[in-house]
Amino acid sequence: MKAARQLTARCAQSGRARLTRAARQYAGLSIVGAMMLACLPVLMAASESPSTPAISPPASAAPPDDGQWTMPAKNYASTRYSELAEINAGNVKNLQVAFTFSTGVNKGQEAAPLVVGSTMYIVTPFPNIVYALDLSKPGAPIKWKYEPNPEPAAQGVACCDVVNRGAAFADGRIFFNTLDGHTIALDANSGQPIWNIHIGNINVGETLTMAPLVVKGKVLVGNSGGEMGVRGWVKALDAGDGHVVWTAFSTGPDKEVLIGPDFKPHYDMDKGKDLGVTTWPPEAWKIGGGNMWGWISYDPDLNLIFHGTGNPGPWNPDLRPGDNKWTSGIFARDPDTGAAKWFYQWTPHDLHDYDGINEQILLDMNWQGKPRKVLVRPERNGYLYVLDRTTGEVLSAKPYGPVNSSKGVDLKTGRLMANPDKKTGTGKVVRDICPTASGLKDWQPSAFSPKTGLLYIPHNNLCMDEQGVEVNYIAGTPYVGMNVRMIPGPGGNRGALTAWDIAAEKPAWSLKENFPVWSGAVVTAGDIVFYGTMEGWFKAVSAKTGELLWQFKTSSGIIGQPVTYRGPDGHQYVAILSGVGGWAGAIVSGDLDPRDATAALGFVNAMKDLKNATTAGGTLYVFRLP
Amino acid sequence: MRLGFATLLSVTLALAACQREERDTRPQSSLGSGGQPTPVTTLEPGGQRPSPSNNKAASFEANAFHLSEGKRLFGWFNCSGCHANGGGGMGPALMDQKWIYGSSMESIHATIRDGRPNGMPSFRNKIPDDQIWELAAFVRSLSGNAPSSAAPQRNDDMMPHPSENRMPDAATLGKSP
Repeated sequence: MKAARQLTARCAQSGRARLTRAARQYAGLSIVGAMMLACLPVLMAASESPSTPAISPPASAAPPDDGQWTMPAKNYASTRYSELAEINAGNVKNLQVAFTFSTGVNKGQEAAPLVVGSTMYIVTPFPNIVYALDLSKPGAPIKWKYEPNPEPAAQGVACCDVVNRGAAFADGRIFFNTLDGHTIALDANSGQPIWNIHIGNINVGETLTMAPLVVKGKVLVGNSGGEMGVRGWVKALDAGDGHVVWTAFSTGPDKEVLIGPDFKPHYDMDKGKDLGVTTWPPEAWKIGGGNMWGWISYDPDLNLIFHGTGNPGPWNPDLRPGDNKWTSGIFARDPDTGAAKWFYQWTPHDLHDYDGINEQILLDMNWQGKPRKVLVRPERNGYLYVLDRTTGEVLSAKPYGPVNSSKGVDLKTGRLMANPDKKTGTGKVVRDICPTASGLKDWQPSAFSPKTGLLYIPHNNLCMDEQGVEVNYIAGTPYVGMNVRMIPGPGGNRGALTAWDIAAEKPAWSLKENFPVWSGAVVTAGDIVFYGTMEGWFKAVSAKTGELLWQFKTSSGIIGQPVTYRGPDGHQYVAILSGVGGWAGAIVSGDLDPRDATAALGFVNAMKDLKNATTAGGTLYVFRLP
Repeated sequence: MRLGFATLLSVTLALAACQREERDTRPQSSLGSGGQPTPVTTLEPGGQRPSPSNNKAASFEANAFHLSEGKRLFGWFNCSGCHANGGGGMGPALMDQKWIYGSSMESIHATIRDGRPNGMPSFRNKIPDDQIWELAAFVRSLSGNAPSSAAPQRNDDMMPHPSENRMPDAATLGKSP
């Protein structure tokens, strides 16, 4: 098995080495395709004996499935796993459309629909309209609609499309964020606003795009703006009236980061006083990013929330020598007070915009013979991390795709070993850096099945050229300082869905997709994985083998989060928002010009043909068996 | 006498041939240039009336120095952060033929100075007025709306797209309609 793993790695490496730029651009696809095919048997051989799935989320964070979908990640452990099994490998081919619904917004639809009782809730990209659909009636008519009318100017400070990643339900209320910096609580029955608090300032470049998480009567929200020199924070708002209970910044003095006597990081590199100030040039931490616009998980037993921190600003690393704490890392915090318990930095002194905000899946498993409470994180820098979630110790960090920007993670010091050949700087053009600024995986959340022990990771396969340029800080304007152009990664397929065997630390299988897989994934007890492609295909594949079982072409590219639920009629349904956009799809939703290789921070160069593959348009699709 | 006249004529002609464009290296640094009306639509009830043209626009429009300064400022004022090198990103593309708020020098100047409601910030108190005109001239060059003799030439480093002096007119892409 180990030999097979090494061989696989060698295949991937030689593929990269042999691949010249010209080959990739002109004749590359077929040559590389053949090369990858040669490597395929190794991958297949490696996947023959999956280890016994003795991995499961803690019961307190993943209670028995009630058929609803009340938060985007399904549960606090963030498994995106449904126990519904009516739809299975045998009958999934019969899936048909139950109803559709136009969101009326032609921007990227990244949100997860929520289902509570017999009502479905959708939040759209800017202008952030919330729809409640009555599932108990034929065709699911609108029950109510709420328009928050956010400030249109907010669109000008939203990096990478004007998306919204969903709402959260708790205690009869729907909580969601608006692009212009409001968090709003609605009565789930009537759609009447209960409270509305303004916590983000667009004039410094702050927006809100993430889905809130409700933990112990607190609504957890973080800001976006890592490309605008915005100082990152997470706030806990009182679910009752919206007042701010605590604010934890990602940079600055310990007392503002909520680092106190309880803070016990595992590695020496994260120990010291006021590292959020001293690991920056003077005052740079005030405009240093570390934004929290991704996912939060919660362990009720340990009473800890886990959240990542975004990239440091600006992207040009010459302007911020130092480790740039506490950016591109992960915090464990007490949800009651926000006090930090531990921290681990995925990417110290980030060189390539490796935001650390991806989802973390909380699992209990035997690790090298001992039961451990772990946290699994497919990280933007290309590594699949397994951490001990009680201490922040790294148990494993293996690349789940092509990585040359670093040479691995030193498990003794916990430190990512950056590749000096790929170090960026002012005036220097560095070529073929993998993964890209968008990471081997960006925000698009993966799903874990305790039945297979596999983590289903939707991700990208892209590389890039970078050139640092001088940049001035002007509040409310971009603070990036990097010319980027992206290109397809080794193999030419720009995306993949990889099933990762967590216990064996290796992929079980991987499906290639032409475009980046910018949609989330969901997996069911029927052993089906659902995900979408940017051409618009909504796919069902076998959770065991990856075999394509069913697909449906929706009206626009899919970058949303699929969910599955039990409808009022007792049957299983699957729902997905179609509507291309996001950073990867900005070329379509923002009508960008592909003749500029640096458009959309370089992403457009890798997506030149997307305008020929799909058009914008937000539509909800819901499927069921006949 | 006749020889003297011929000499004078040839010297005059030679000197006239030396005429070069004006390089206003010390632009006035005053802020804002008043409230000149700048329509953002061609639809006017009853038909279009001639709109007053601005002398400033003409003096900046085809001037190599101002275009090159505009290119420098496009990076320095973080225009490139949103509009990339013309292809767009957080803000719309500037190198295509689509103009949301008008393609004239006056319209682009007004867009930069006063902002626009869907996300374009107002730089009225950030950028000196003459530099806004330089930016406007450069923005037009991105879609081929500047003489190739005056538009900036290739970069020293990463070339995100052909240099501005080689950009075809975006409206026709170099072809006759």
